[in-house]
Amino acid sequence: MSAALDVLSAVLLLLGVGFALLAGLGLVRFPDIFSRMHAATKPATLGLLCVVLGAALQMEDGSDAVKLLLVGAFQFITAPVAAHMIGRAAYRSGTGDLDGLVVDELKDAG
Amino acid sequence: MTVVVWICLVGLTAAAGMCLVRLVRGPSVPDRIVALDALLLVVVAGIAVGAAATGDGDFLAVLVAVSLLGFVGTVTVARFVERRGGS
Repeated sequence: MSAALDVLSAVLLLLGVGFALLAGLGLVRFPDIFSRMHAATKPATLGLLCVVLGAALQMEDGSDAVKLLLVGAFQFITAPVAAHMIGRAAYRSGTGDLDGLVVDELKDAG
Repeated sequence: MTVVVWICLVGLTAAAGMCLVRLVRGPSVPDRIVALDALLLVVVAGIAVGAAATGDGDFLAVLVAVSLLGFVGTVTVARFVERRGGS
């Protein structure tokens, strides 16, 4: 393990953890469900990818690194679907702050 | 590298704590889904950091399972809320 790869991996890990912290802060501080989703979905893709890449650089076995990258790929496929479902559920159940919306295309679509 | 791992674990613990605050406070079910989703991501990141610290990949199969189960759970509860209301 060369020192340069070690440093790169450490930076990626810290960056991912920083995103997770920001998400937690946003979840606690933001006023309604849609802004909280905005805060929580950043580490779901970019932050997790940073952590996973950083960990993959530390793996001694190549197949372990592939498994880690697989987690990142799954997350990229599933995160938009999950966010879409939660957002629509919040909209239709009336729990979101609908008066604060600037554009409401879902109302026109029915 | 040990220092980095410790900083990461402390940061992830703080993030998990903040997710738990939102999970307990609510107020609506979608809020709790988002918080639980974020909490699961923190767990996944924690396992990845642990794997990076030791350098062996015994827990990586758990990682794949947890991330996929998290997606299935989120979608299921979101469907449930959409039909039954989420107050």
